Amino acid sequence: MITTLLLVLPLIVGISLFFIKGNSVKTIALGASVAELVLGVTAFLQFDKANVNAQYVTNIPWIKSMGINFHLGMDGISLILVLLTTVLVPFIILVANRKEYANQSTLYALILLMQFGLVGVFTAQDAFLFYIFWEVALIPIYFIALIWGGAEKIRITFKFFIYTLAGSLLMLAGLIYLYLQTPVPHNFSIQALYDLQLTKGTQSWVFWLFFLAFAIKMPVFPFHSWLADTYTDAPTPGTMLLSGIMSKMGVYGAIRILLPMVPQGMHESLWGPTVITLAVIGVIYASLMAMYQKDYKRLIAYSSAAHVGLIAAGVFSITDTGLSGAIVQMFAHGISAFGLFYMVSILEERTGTRQLDQLGGIRIVAPVYATVFMIIMMASIALPLTSGFVGEFLLLAGIYEYNEWLAGIAGLSTILGAVYMLRSYQSAILGDKTAVSDKFFDLVWQEKAIVFPLIIIIFVVGVYPKPLLDVIEPAVKNIFTIMEVTKK
Amino acid sequence: MKELIWLVPLLPLAGFLIVSLGKSYLSKNLSGIIASTMVLGSFLLALGIFFDISGSKEKSFTVNLFEWIATGDFKVNIAFLIDPLSAIMLLIITGVGFLIHLYSMGYMHDDEGYAKFFSYLNLFVFFMLLLVLGDNYLLMFAGWEGVGLASYLLIGFWFKNSSYNDAAKKAFIVNRIGDLGFILGIFLIYITFGSIQYSNVFSEALNLKESEPAIVAATLLLFIGAMGKSAQIPLYTWLPDAMAGPTPVSALIHAATMVTAGVYMIARSNILYSLSPETLQFVAIIGGVTAVFAASIGIFQNDIKKVLAYSTVSQLGYMFLALGVGAFTGGVFHLMTHAFFKALLFLGAGSVIHAMSGEQDIRKMGGLRKKIPVTFITFLIGTIAISGIPPFSGFFSKDEILAHAYEVSPFFWVLGVLGSMMTTFYMFRLLFVTFFGSFRGTEEQKHHLHESPKTMTIPLIVLAVLATIAGFAGIPDIMVHDGHWLESFLHPVFKGSEAFTHGHKMSHSMEWILMGATVLITVLMLLFAYTKFVKNNNVPAGDEKKQGFLPNLLANKYYVDELYNAIITKPLNALSGFTYKFMELKGVDFIVNGTGNAIVWISGVARRVQSGNTGFYIFAMVVSIIVILVINLFNK
Amino acid sequence: METLQAIPLNHYILLSAALFSIGVMGVLLRRNAIIIFMCIELMLNAVNLLMVAFSAHHGDGKGQVFVFFIMAVAAAEVAVGLSILIMIHRNTNTTDIGFLNKLKF
Repeated sequence: MITTLLLVLPLIVGISLFFIKGNSVKTIALGASVAELVLGVTAFLQFDKANVNAQYVTNIPWIKSMGINFHLGMDGISLILVLLTTVLVPFIILVANRKEYANQSTLYALILLMQFGLVGVFTAQDAFLFYIFWEVALIPIYFIALIWGGAEKIRITFKFFIYTLAGSLLMLAGLIYLYLQTPVPHNFSIQALYDLQLTKGTQSWVFWLFFLAFAIKMPVFPFHSWLADTYTDAPTPGTMLLSGIMSKMGVYGAIRILLPMVPQGMHESLWGPTVITLAVIGVIYASLMAMYQKDYKRLIAYSSAAHVGLIAAGVFSITDTGLSGAIVQMFAHGISAFGLFYMVSILEERTGTRQLDQLGGIRIVAPVYATVFMIIMMASIALPLTSGFVGEFLLLAGIYEYNEWLAGIAGLSTILGAVYMLRSYQSAILGDKTAVSDKFFDLVWQEKAIVFPLIIIIFVVGVYPKPLLDVIEPAVKNIFTIMEVTKK
Repeated sequence: MKELIWLVPLLPLAGFLIVSLGKSYLSKNLSGIIASTMVLGSFLLALGIFFDISGSKEKSFTVNLFEWIATGDFKVNIAFLIDPLSAIMLLIITGVGFLIHLYSMGYMHDDEGYAKFFSYLNLFVFFMLLLVLGDNYLLMFAGWEGVGLASYLLIGFWFKNSSYNDAAKKAFIVNRIGDLGFILGIFLIYITFGSIQYSNVFSEALNLKESEPAIVAATLLLFIGAMGKSAQIPLYTWLPDAMAGPTPVSALIHAATMVTAGVYMIARSNILYSLSPETLQFVAIIGGVTAVFAASIGIFQNDIKKVLAYSTVSQLGYMFLALGVGAFTGGVFHLMTHAFFKALLFLGAGSVIHAMSGEQDIRKMGGLRKKIPVTFITFLIGTIAISGIPPFSGFFSKDEILAHAYEVSPFFWVLGVLGSMMTTFYMFRLLFVTFFGSFRGTEEQKHHLHESPKTMTIPLIVLAVLATIAGFAGIPDIMVHDGHWLESFLHPVFKGSEAFTHGHKMSHSMEWILMGATVLITVLMLLFAYTKFVKNNNVPAGDEKKQGFLPNLLANKYYVDELYNAIITKPLNALSGFTYKFMELKGVDFIVNGTGNAIVWISGVARRVQSGNTGFYIFAMVVSIIVILVINLFNK
Repeated sequence: METLQAIPLNHYILLSAALFSIGVMGVLLRRNAIIIFMCIELMLNAVNLLMVAFSAHHGDGKGQVFVFFIMAVAAAEVAVGLSILIMIHRNTNTTDIGFLNKLKF
C-alpha cells in the first residue's frame, strides 16, 4: 500500500501542477515532496529487517494476455534508494524555490513526475513495469534540461536522450528475449525471469544487452561522454536529479537485473574481468579528467562519474562487502553530490562565474559557506566518520577481495580525489580576494536550512550507518542466493 | 575510571563543537579557556586511567561503545582499548596537548582567527585520541585520516596566503598516498585473519609462521601509511613545508603527536612486525637513512622552524630505527622524550619568533639570550636533551636505541651515531646563532624585543622540566638494575614479540664503551659548533653564497622537491591534460559523436533514392513485386 | 455457362496475364498520368477476369462476389484518382508524371 502511495502521490500532484499557475506551485510541490518524505521514512522505519523478500507489495493484473502485472514492492536495496529519492527531492525543490524560473509550474511538475518515475524504477517487481518506469524517468529530466538548460542545451540534451534511449532499447530487447523463454503462459515478473535456466552461451550475449543499458546510465567508461556536458548544462535542480538519483538507476539495474538474471555473464571466464576493469579504468580516467577542469561544475560532474565508477566496480566485484558498500555509497554519494552541486550553484549565482581562476577569497567573506563546503567535500573524498567513508571503504574492500591490484588502482582515486578537490577548493574558496569575491555573501537562513540537515545526515551515516546496513544486508544476501540458483 | 574512557576523546570533540558553533557568541578568551579546559579534563581522566592500569593486574581493557560498520562477515565496532601503550600515548597527547593549548592562548592572542584556531586544535586532539584508543585498525585509520584533516586545516590556517595553502594541500595529499597503503594493509589483514580487531589479529597471527607472505605484505603496506604520516623517506617532503602553520601547531601536530602516529602503529602491531623480519629490516633501513638524510639537510637551513622540522624528520627516523631493530620500548621511549623536548624546542622557537615580531630567519637574530632569558634557558635544555647529553632525557632514549641497533648490526649503530653527530651540530648552531653574538635584526625589531607572557613561559618551563627528567623513566640496566620502569610498564604489550627478537645481548663493558663513545662524539660536535659560531662569530651565509657542491646540495635539500615535481606532479598534470584533451575529446567522445554523425551521413546518402520521380517509384514497386514473387517461387 | 466451360482455363489465364502485362508495361513506360491510370484499371480488370474464370471453373461463387467488391473499390479509386489528376492539371497544366517530382527529401 505504502509503495502505491509513494508512486501515486507525486504523479497526481505532478500532473495537477501543470494546470496551476502562480507562486502557490512552490508550496504545493514542496508539500507533496515532504509528504512523500514522510512516507519514505515511514516505510524505512516499519521495514521488517528479518524478511528478505520484497515488502509493501502491490500486485494487480494489468495486461493479462501478456502476463504483465502492476507489481510493486521493496526489498532492502529498493528501500534505500527510495529513501534517497524521497530525501533528496524536497531539498531539490527547496533549492529550486530559491530561484525564479520561467514556467515554474512546469518545472515543479516535471520534478515530481521525475520522482514518480524514479520511485517506480526502484520499486517495480515486474520487468515490463521496470522498463516503463525506466523510460518515464527519462522524459521529465529531458525536458528539464531542454527548457532551463544552458547555452548549448539542444545539442546536449539531444545527445543525452538518444544515447540513453539507445541503451534502454537494448535492455528492452533483452527483457523480451527472456520473457519469451519463460514457460507458457509467458510472464514478465522479475521473479519469473530469475527462475529461468539459461545456458551459459545465452547469458553471455544477453549480458551485453543489459550491461550496455546500465553502463550508459551510470555511466561506466567508455559510455560516459554524455555526462559532463549534460550535468554542466542542465539547471541546478536537473543536475542534482541526474547525479544525485538518476545515476543510481544504472547501478540499481545492474543489481536487480544484470547480476541475478545473467550471473554467468559475470563469470570469470566471460565478461566479469572485462567489466570490472572498465569500471576501474573509468574511476581513474574520470579523476584525471576532473583534475584538468577549470569549470567548477564540470569538475564536480567528473568527480561524480569517478565515484559512480567505483560503485560500479564494487557491484561487479560480486562480494558481500562490495555490494553492500555500493548501496551505502549510492545513498552517501547522492547526498554529497547534491551538496557539492548546490555549493557551486550558490557560487555561480552570486559571483556570476564558475571558472576557478576567476574565483578566490570566498572564505574571507563567507566563513560559514566555506566550512559547509569543506564538510561536504570531505564527505565526498571519503574522510572517516563522514558518510562517504563507509561506502568507499566497503567498496574498496570488495574490490580487494576480487583482486588486490585492481583495488590498488581504484584506491588511487582517493588520492586523485584529494588532489582535484583540494586544488579547486583552494583556488575558488581560499586565497586572497579577487574581482568577484566581494559580490559574494554568506549563507542566508533559507540556505542554511537546506545544508544543515544534509550535514547531519553526512555525519550520522558516517558514524552510525548500522540502520542502513541492517536493511541492506539481507537484501544483498538474497541477491547472492538468487545468483546461486540462476547460475546452474 | 576505565568506563569513562569514552569521555577522553569526547571532551575535545565537545570543545570543538562548542567553540566552532558558538564562535560568534563566545568571547575570545572564553573560547580559548573552554578548549583548554576540555583538554585538561581529558588529561585528568587519562591520568586516572593511567593509575588504574598501573595499579591493577589486568593490563588491557576494551570498552565497546557501538557497532560501526557491519556487513556480512565484516564487523567493526567503535570500541576503545586501554592498555599500557595507549595509556602512555593518552598522557603524552593530552598532557603536551594541554600545555600547547595554554601556550597558544598567549601566542595566538592577537590573531583574528583565535576561536577557530582553538576549535581546530580540539578537533585534532579528538582525532589523535581516536587514533590511539581504537581497538581495531579501522578506528585507527579514522583517527589517522582525521588528524590529517586537522593538520590540513591548521597548516593552511592563514588561508589568504596561497603558499601556506599549497603546503597544507601537499601535506594532505602526501598523507593520502600513505593512507592508501594503510587501507590496503587493512584489507589484507582482514582477508588473512578474518578480522581487523587487534586482539583477534594478534592471536591469529601467532598461528602463522614467520615471514608468511601475507604478513610481510600487510606490514609493508601499513608501513607505507607510516611513511606518509611520520614523514619518512620518500614521503617526508610535506613536513618541512608544514611549518607554514602557526608555531604551536608545529609543536603539537608536527613534532609531538601526529607525526609519531606511525611509531605508535608499529608498536601497536609489534607482533605482526616481529613475524616479518624482512619488514623490520626495511623499517630499520628507512628509519636510519631518514635520520641521517634529514639531519644533513638541517645543517644548512636558516629558518628556525625549518631546522626543527628537519630535526623532527630525523628524530622520527630514529624511532623507526628503534622499531626496526626490534626495540619497541626504545621507540616508544624516544617518542615520549622527543614529544617533550621537541615540543619545548618548537614552543621556544615560537617564543623567539614572537619576540622578533614574526622573524624566522636566524641570520637576522643573535644575542637574544639576555633579552629573553626564560626562552633561552628552556631552549638550551631542549637542545641539550635532543643532543643526547647525560643526564637529560634524550640521552637515555637515544642510548637505548643505539645499543639495540648495535646488537642487530653495527651498520645501524653507525647510522645512528652519524645522525646524532649532525643533530648536535645543527642544534647548537641554531642555539648559538640565535642566542649568542650580537643582534643582527632591524632597529624596530630590537625595540620590540620582549620576553613572552606567562601563558607561554609556563608551558616552556614545564616542558623543560619534563625534557630534563623524563629520561629517568628508562634508566639502562647497566646503571641501575631494573631501572627501566617504562620497559616493565609496557611489557604486557610487547611480550608477545619478545620470542622473535633475534639480537644477541652484548656485554656490559661493550655497552659502556658505546655509550662513552657516543657522548664523547656529541661533546666534540658541541665544541666544534661553539668554536665555529661563538668564538669565531660566524654567521651562516646567504643562500646565494653557498660554495662547493655539498653545501649547495644540502642547502637545496638534495633537490628532492624539484625531483618530485619533475617526476610526479608535472607528469600527472600532463597526463590529466592528455586524458581530457586527447583521449576524451579526440577519442571517446569523438567515437560517440562519430557514430551519430555516421548515421546522419548514411541517411544523407540513402535519402537520394527518393528522387521524387513518380515513374521511378512505380518502377521500383514493380521490380520489388517481381523480386518477391521470384523469391517465393524458388522457396517452394 | 456451356460456352464458358468449353473454352479451356488456360486461355483465360493467358489472356489475363497478357492484359496484366500490358497494364504493367503501360504504367512503367507511359508518362501521361491518365494513361497510367487506365493501365492500372486494365490490371485490375485482368485480375477480375481471372477471378471470374476460376470461379466458374471451380463452380464456386465466392470469386465472383469478390469481383464486385473489386469493381466497387476501383470505382471509388477512380473517383478519387481522377479528382487528384484534375487538381494536378489545374496546378501544373500538365499530366506528365515527369513533372511530379516534388515528392522527395
